[in-house]
Amino acid sequence: MNYAVLVPMIVFLLVIFFIGYWSSRKLSTSSNFISDYFLGGRELGGFVLAMTMVATYGSASSFLGGPGTAYTMGFGWVLLAMAQVVTGYFVLMILGKKYAIMARRYKAITMIDFLKSRYNSSAVVLLSAFSIIVFLFSAMAAQWIGGARLVESLTGLSYNSALFLFAVSVLVYVTIGGFRAVALTDAVQGAVMLVGTLVLLVAVISAGGGIPNIVNDLINENPNLVTPYGATGDLTAAYVSSFWILVGVGVVGLPQIAVRAMSYKNSRSMHRALIIGTLVTGVIMLNMHLIGVFARPVMPGIEIGDKVIPLIALETLPPWVAGIVLAAPMAAIMSTVDSLLLLVSSSIVKDVYLNYVKPDATIQTIKRISFGVTGVLGVIVFLLALNPPELLIFLNLFAFGGLEAAFIWPIVLGLYWKWGNKYGAIASMATGISSYIALHFYNLENGNLFGVHTVTMPVLLSLAAFVVFSLLIDRKAYQYNVPTLK
Amino acid sequence: MEKTDWRFKIAHKEAWIGVGLALFNFIWWFGFAYGLGSRPVDEYSYIFGLPDWFFYSCVVGFLLISVLVIVVVHFFFTEVPFDEEEDS
Repeated sequence: MNYAVLVPMIVFLLVIFFIGYWSSRKLSTSSNFISDYFLGGRELGGFVLAMTMVATYGSASSFLGGPGTAYTMGFGWVLLAMAQVVTGYFVLMILGKKYAIMARRYKAITMIDFLKSRYNSSAVVLLSAFSIIVFLFSAMAAQWIGGARLVESLTGLSYNSALFLFAVSVLVYVTIGGFRAVALTDAVQGAVMLVGTLVLLVAVISAGGGIPNIVNDLINENPNLVTPYGATGDLTAAYVSSFWILVGVGVVGLPQIAVRAMSYKNSRSMHRALIIGTLVTGVIMLNMHLIGVFARPVMPGIEIGDKVIPLIALETLPPWVAGIVLAAPMAAIMSTVDSLLLLVSSSIVKDVYLNYVKPDATIQTIKRISFGVTGVLGVIVFLLALNPPELLIFLNLFAFGGLEAAFIWPIVLGLYWKWGNKYGAIASMATGISSYIALHFYNLENGNLFGVHTVTMPVLLSLAAFVVFSLLIDRKAYQYNVPTLK
Repeated sequence: MEKTDWRFKIAHKEAWIGVGLALFNFIWWFGFAYGLGSRPVDEYSYIFGLPDWFFYSCVVGFLLISVLVIVVVHFFFTEVPFDEEEDS
């Protein structure tokens, strides 16, 4: 055991717990439990909002899997990762003010609430809740595996005990604190991520004897490492740029991101979040992936990609600094997991239970059920993660792509296209999900169709389905301008 | 038929700005990466030690887009209330 590394990490965990506890005290005096627990009472300021978006989005794949792949592939993978800069501003600009206004008008707490009021259809609600629960489960499992791997490589504990430790920490503060705890800890975690990546980048560059030296070593080993095409030359322009959809603009359709766009306090916070979000996303993505590439000449021969970051930090930094820096990926994973957990439990409690099972539940019952469901979900994911599948990044991207294909058009066109109706939304979700899954298996067998990432075609197909079905069945313009009367 | 909520006009304009920025960002990023990066490696030049295609595409591209976002938000985005107006 490496105590010098562990102590800073434990201190970090304690701070996180404290925030969870503090939020829970605020929660117990709340008059509107649902809005507070699942949305933090719509009062996030610019900094917290930006950080919670970055931290939620910057997950295990950007901190462990991504840099690990960059280690193998070289600069081409950093190029691909930089497609994510667009998420920093695009999501907030697109959903932006209209989504915030409509969400308040509908009194929506979850993304599904929004879809429910816009399309006025049970099928839309149930289909959405189903996709969120199924896809986010795989995303959560992937994150937990990453968290456990990290704890494992730092402490020398067995994988199972590491997972247990990690799971308990996350569960405690999410269950008691709700969205405000999640958003506030995200802000702390985002700041840790930002500083951590900077420190580590500088350490790696100096360990490698400066950038020109490192780049020379890379060229001597394999010149492809410094091209946009990747070590084996298989990162084609079409493939890399189709990631622009998966990790860039498609992120608008991710429920965990979209729900944050209804939590801001006012348009001033939104403006600040736009700027901070862009800067922080860009710096973190550039740094992390460059660290992955630069680590290659410094520490050749690392076999498991997910371990590149922990190993390089332990190698190049004094132990206590490494502890603080490694709190960054830990933070990224925890902050993704906590939002996913809350989102899945809000789908179950708010969208299914309160809509269809027991609309007249008392506050007490809702409270108990919210805590209970959040806890039980955590335990189930824990059990799933005990026997982890091989590729972290794969599981994670599978979930992202599926959700994007399902939700992007019902949200975006629901906001901006008055002809959109429930038939379009249902057709779009069904087409998106089924074509995504079908294409996923087709691509596994035959290589990527048209050389682009799996998500590209389903996004286009679900757009076509949305437009065609909206116009064919029950064509009627939606009235955005009339405030709903209470 | 009522006229469009004034806040929606602003929201729509800003959403289009988002689309425009994303397109510009893509073209810059893609253009420099594959425009400069497709040459043989021994013809690359290096800026601060980084391959030129990468420097222009990812480093300069990121800085440029950040500046654009700041400028756009400052000069073209309008603050609006999110809650419904009380009067009507």
